[in-house]
Amino acid sequence: MSVPLGTLPRWVNFGLLPLINVAVAFALSGLVVLFIGENPIEAVKYLVAGALGDGEGIAFTLYYATNFIFTGLAVAVAFHGGLFNIGGEGQVYLGGLGVAFAALTLDRYMPWYVTAVFATAAAFAFGAAWAFIPAWLQAKRGSHIVITTIMFNFIAAALMVYLLVNVIKQPGNMSPQTRLFEEGGQLPKLGWLMQVFGLDIGAAPFNVSFLIALVAALAVWLLIWRTRFGYEIRTMGTNATAAVYAGIPYVKTVVITMLISGGLSGMMALNPVMGDAGKLQIDFPAGAGFVGIAVALMGRSHPVGIIIASILFGVLYQGGAALAFDMPNISREVIILIQGLVILFAGALEHMFRPALIVLFAPKPKSVAASSAGAA
Amino acid sequence: MDFADLIQILAATVRLSVPLIFTALAGLYAERSGIFDIGLEGKMLFSAFSAASVATVTGSPWLGLFAGILTGVLLSLLHGFASITQRGNQIISGVAINFIASGLTILLGNAWFGQGGRTPQLPNTARFTEISLPFAADIAPIPFLGPLYSGLVSGQNILVYLAFLAVPFTWWVLYRTRFGLRVRAVGENPGAVDTAGISVAWLRYRALICCGILAGFAGTYLSIAQSAGFIREMSAGKGYIALAALVFAKWKPLNVLLTCLLFGFLDAASIRLQGIILPGIGEVPVQLIQALPYILTVILLAGFIGKAIPPKAGGVPYVKER
Repeated sequence: MSVPLGTLPRWVNFGLLPLINVAVAFALSGLVVLFIGENPIEAVKYLVAGALGDGEGIAFTLYYATNFIFTGLAVAVAFHGGLFNIGGEGQVYLGGLGVAFAALTLDRYMPWYVTAVFATAAAFAFGAAWAFIPAWLQAKRGSHIVITTIMFNFIAAALMVYLLVNVIKQPGNMSPQTRLFEEGGQLPKLGWLMQVFGLDIGAAPFNVSFLIALVAALAVWLLIWRTRFGYEIRTMGTNATAAVYAGIPYVKTVVITMLISGGLSGMMALNPVMGDAGKLQIDFPAGAGFVGIAVALMGRSHPVGIIIASILFGVLYQGGAALAFDMPNISREVIILIQGLVILFAGALEHMFRPALIVLFAPKPKSVAASSAGAA
Repeated sequence: MDFADLIQILAATVRLSVPLIFTALAGLYAERSGIFDIGLEGKMLFSAFSAASVATVTGSPWLGLFAGILTGVLLSLLHGFASITQRGNQIISGVAINFIASGLTILLGNAWFGQGGRTPQLPNTARFTEISLPFAADIAPIPFLGPLYSGLVSGQNILVYLAFLAVPFTWWVLYRTRFGLRVRAVGENPGAVDTAGISVAWLRYRALICCGILAGFAGTYLSIAQSAGFIREMSAGKGYIALAALVFAKWKPLNVLLTCLLFGFLDAASIRLQGIILPGIGEVPVQLIQALPYILTVILLAGFIGKAIPPKAGGVPYVKER
């Protein structure tokens, strides 16, 4: 198969191509909805109305988006280093343990903003620690990081169930969870921010961790494109051999990249544990670690793209619940299908439409340029 | 614990290891040809759903098996299209297949059968039921051999026997046929295979079709042999355990059998040991036994007990020209 040569203009490469990929994913999801005998346009109406129709819906959408920003950034940082961190789910879970430790220790003595600082640090540290072993094994022993991070997801799940059931369960309570955090261990809701736009937050758990997520996105942008270490990460991701020749230490770069990635995953736990439930529960990550993969792919591993993609997935998660309520024939799991298709088209098949676009948009190469490109 | 208990645990081990054996062998074909397959979980899940749906509608387990296999093959071809033809990232493609299977099975199941993603309870005629081997009842009273034969060897369904036959068959295909030699070669050095005038893409597609067929058997076993219908998320991570087993078995068929039996035994034991206090050790946390397959695999991957060396060309799309 011969692929046409040529470089695409930036707006096609970073704008149109991802847009086409995502559009195809959504179109296919629409066909599935049509196939089970429902009207996809009606479905989209219910979905958007549920997610963006009122203040509470928007606040819920942003609450979900907060989770995905953290996990999307985590996957993206690893992607930049040429690493695939599929272990976000486990790192989030462990991050929750860090949050719970900080909150349970401090909530009776400190105001929330002091607790939040320690909880954020603990969440980062616990998530990073859970990513450390896979990172070290990849760097030192050549164990495939995809396999080890998958294994660590399952080990994390078993460990957390054990800890919650046998060690940190609140005495006298049947369900495996910690006690409710006091006010000093809960993140305040962002009702005031919604009010600025004249919206009512309702019962939505939209909280301060959204702002922390935005700060994290800015920090990741600075790290990747404005620091020396970010340059080293990107060099390693583009060509690990060249990076080593250029004097970039492989082991150190892999390990630190994964620590940052795991730490960002861990920070996600702030949102559901300290911002919503006010306690540590079994299965609280609920797949958000995996959504990060879709979000990072869709956002092309750029913080701005990730925020946009996270809000889109927030709309899907919030709107999906409303959709399932209004159209009982379409179950909530339609969003998992959409997620899968987005990963497929924006990830594995990202280059499928490139040859066609090159024919359409690439500047016609001059004959000299064409022959030198052919030789390369 | 007496002998009857032991037979029961062993029988449970066999039942629990069958889906692992099928799935790990499925992964073996794919990975030996140089295609990573994280999507085993999704293939197994979707096959289970198709098998149960078709068995529900037609009442025939064989048509169910056919549907399961067809589903496995189609998902494999999708994986092949993404990772061979489009040279996409094989891991991402596998992850996508897992999500698509997880979402679509519940969506379709809910729309078709209206039971929240389950399929209706199947009658025994639409399932693969236990087969009593000849003389099982006659020699049951004989000590030791009797219970072993009647309780363990006999009284399994046909897919169980097929799983155990699939292991030597895979070994034979891989090490004694031309196709097997080529599959192993293309996983190590596709350039050499290409130089010999053999199509790398077509060879890998064929390996993926083998993978899909076996994943189809695994899914069918889950929904219409081991259970009587499809339940949402019924693969419950077995595809990942099979992946771990494949790594643990160092991508070799006979090791796959032993590893799957070991992981199946751990699963069976964790159910039996719940709440039992062992003398001298105390209560063993069930979660530790459940996590043991993953922990063992990580330790093996780290190279502390032997060295697991994956096929050399695994995960790398083959580019012929330029």
